[in-house]
Amino acid sequence: MRSFKELVKSFMLWELLMGLKVTGKYVLSKKITIQYPEEQTPISPRFRGLHALRRYANGEERCIACKLCEAVCPALAITIEAEPREDGSRRTTRYDIDLFKCIYCGFCEESCPVDSIVETHWSQYHFENRGENIMTKPMLLAIGDRYEKEIAKARSDDAAYR
Amino acid sequence: MSVEKLVFYVFSAILIGSASMVIFSRQSVRAALFLIVAFCSSAVLWMLLEAEFLSLLLIFVYVGAVMTLFMFVVMMLNLDQETVQEKFVRYLPIALILVVLMVAILIFSVKSTHLGDLGQAMSSHHSADYSNTKALGMLLYTHYFYAFELAAVILLIAIVAAIGLTHREKENNKRQRISEQLKANKKDRLTIIDMEAEE
Amino acid sequence: MINVLIDLLWIVLKILLIAIPLLGAVAYMTLAERKILAYAHVRIGPNRVGLFGLLQPLADGVKLFFKEIIIPSKANPIIFLLAPLVSFATAAAAWAVIPFNKGWILANVNASILYVLALTSLGVYGILMAGWASNSKYALLGAMRSAAQVVSYEIAMGFALVGVLMAADSTNLQDIVLHQQGGFWHWYWLPLLPLFVVYWISGVAETNRLPFDMAEGEAEIVAGFHVEYSGMSFAIFFLAEYANMILISALASLLFFGGWLSPFEGIPLLGTLFSWVPGIFWFFAKMAGFLFLYVWLRATFPRYRYDQIMHLGWKVLIPVTIVWIVVLGLLIECKVGPWFS
Repeated sequence: MRSFKELVKSFMLWELLMGLKVTGKYVLSKKITIQYPEEQTPISPRFRGLHALRRYANGEERCIACKLCEAVCPALAITIEAEPREDGSRRTTRYDIDLFKCIYCGFCEESCPVDSIVETHWSQYHFENRGENIMTKPMLLAIGDRYEKEIAKARSDDAAYR
Repeated sequence: MSVEKLVFYVFSAILIGSASMVIFSRQSVRAALFLIVAFCSSAVLWMLLEAEFLSLLLIFVYVGAVMTLFMFVVMMLNLDQETVQEKFVRYLPIALILVVLMVAILIFSVKSTHLGDLGQAMSSHHSADYSNTKALGMLLYTHYFYAFELAAVILLIAIVAAIGLTHREKENNKRQRISEQLKANKKDRLTIIDMEAEE
Repeated sequence: MINVLIDLLWIVLKILLIAIPLLGAVAYMTLAERKILAYAHVRIGPNRVGLFGLLQPLADGVKLFFKEIIIPSKANPIIFLLAPLVSFATAAAAWAVIPFNKGWILANVNASILYVLALTSLGVYGILMAGWASNSKYALLGAMRSAAQVVSYEIAMGFALVGVLMAADSTNLQDIVLHQQGGFWHWYWLPLLPLFVVYWISGVAETNRLPFDMAEGEAEIVAGFHVEYSGMSFAIFFLAEYANMILISALASLLFFGGWLSPFEGIPLLGTLFSWVPGIFWFFAKMAGFLFLYVWLRATFPRYRYDQIMHLGWKVLIPVTIVWIVVLGLLIECKVGPWFS
């Protein structure tokens, strides 16, 4: 009796119709696509994007050339050279990040004692020529100046969980 | 010259040309393709004689099915050109005798009255509601019923015999039995046992 | 002589009147397929080129048109270039006998079903020639698979059509539609339901569409018979596939769903309410429904394994059709229902 029922069911294409029902339901369901350039997914305050060097509120650069980031960098992407400045403070003369080597692990940010090197939320950038992948100190400082507000907000949002 | 005659001469030329190319082309696949062209152009000629059922059947059965299987085999073969040529010459006398016999039979059976004026054959128009299919069906299933059914049975026997001769059931043949697979369900195969946790 | 020329021009005009909308339908079928597939995947689909992506087919066409046609060095160039033409020509030529409305038909021939069947059976040569002429293993395998598949499913399809011929007592498509007059319960899908299902399944298999796309089988044989094709020669294969889909949909609606007949015919209130709608609208609506079904099937079912395809064709579909032809004979002999009185 059961096998007869199965036979009738298979000739009615029952299971195929059930399959069609499933996909049919999805055809009518609400679409969840995000229209990328116009719409974007929300970004976490911990997002690790393009690097930046920050300054203090008085305009003095934070970096003290301790070279902790250079030491901790697992991809050896950071190169630092340092010399005393005219006023005697220890500063970097060269701070390069090779973005081709960088793996965006965020260790440099973690290791920095003065919150100088940070990773911003900005992830949409590109290079058009060879050599542009090396971010030099002035470039990093410029990025820091440009996104200072967002960087500070992300740090203060995340501070409670650190 | 009327359009019909033009069509007739064009397609006869294609028919003869492609039929001879079947024999002369060296690649077997190309020969098969020319045979298809020959079939199609002869179908057009039949269409001119208002035998639309037969002409479409020629395309449907011969070109659509038989030649597809032909191509199927020919495409997989890798015929050695040299040996083919050799055999061609060796069997030439027998082939010539066959050709003479065939032509003689054709001339004998198709009387000279059928080979008359071309225009006469094509001018025998039927009215628009004349159905060649119906006429053929009436003839096949009444007058020639016995011969028709006999031919069908012979073909069936040939199919069964061919399968019976070549089909070998292999030992430990791994075959999927779909009906058995479909019958399987959770209730028969899976038992959930409640076990005490051991120390 | 002048009369003949005018007749010829008139016929050419009619052909263009069918062929150009057909090409447009093919172009927008590709967009519709992408959209419906996307919707089934909970996506949106192409929407960048023009409003709602309506210019997408145009952009695709322009891209394919300007791409280089690459002919493999070991290929047979004549057959290689002839193959896409053969597959498109057969798909397009079958439209000559399709009636769009009563009397709206290019060639009202007696054996029009046979004509369509003969031409669709020729379509496989495009694939076979492409597979052989490409001189590529994958292409040859795809051609082999598709040849065997098409030949097998043609038998089931032919038998399904025999049922329609028996019911309508005619091989003329227009007569078949006219025999179905009088509301949707008079259409042949009801008495011929098993044959309709068989026809539809083998129609999907004939056009090498999912879940029967053994000829392409991108998972196993890359892209099957058209691996070596590029640019316009590939585009013509694409056109042929979609033209065939539209043809099978048109045939399904003509043979089993009353073609241009209104579904509300014979219903007291609705019948008069919808009597102003031209028949061609119903015909296109039915075709659109079947085309949607094509894409719906593609979105739902995984590809068959090759031996399963053969099993289904020979051991399930053909016996089903033969049994139902016998049943149908009895139905006709007993003059059952509104269909065979």
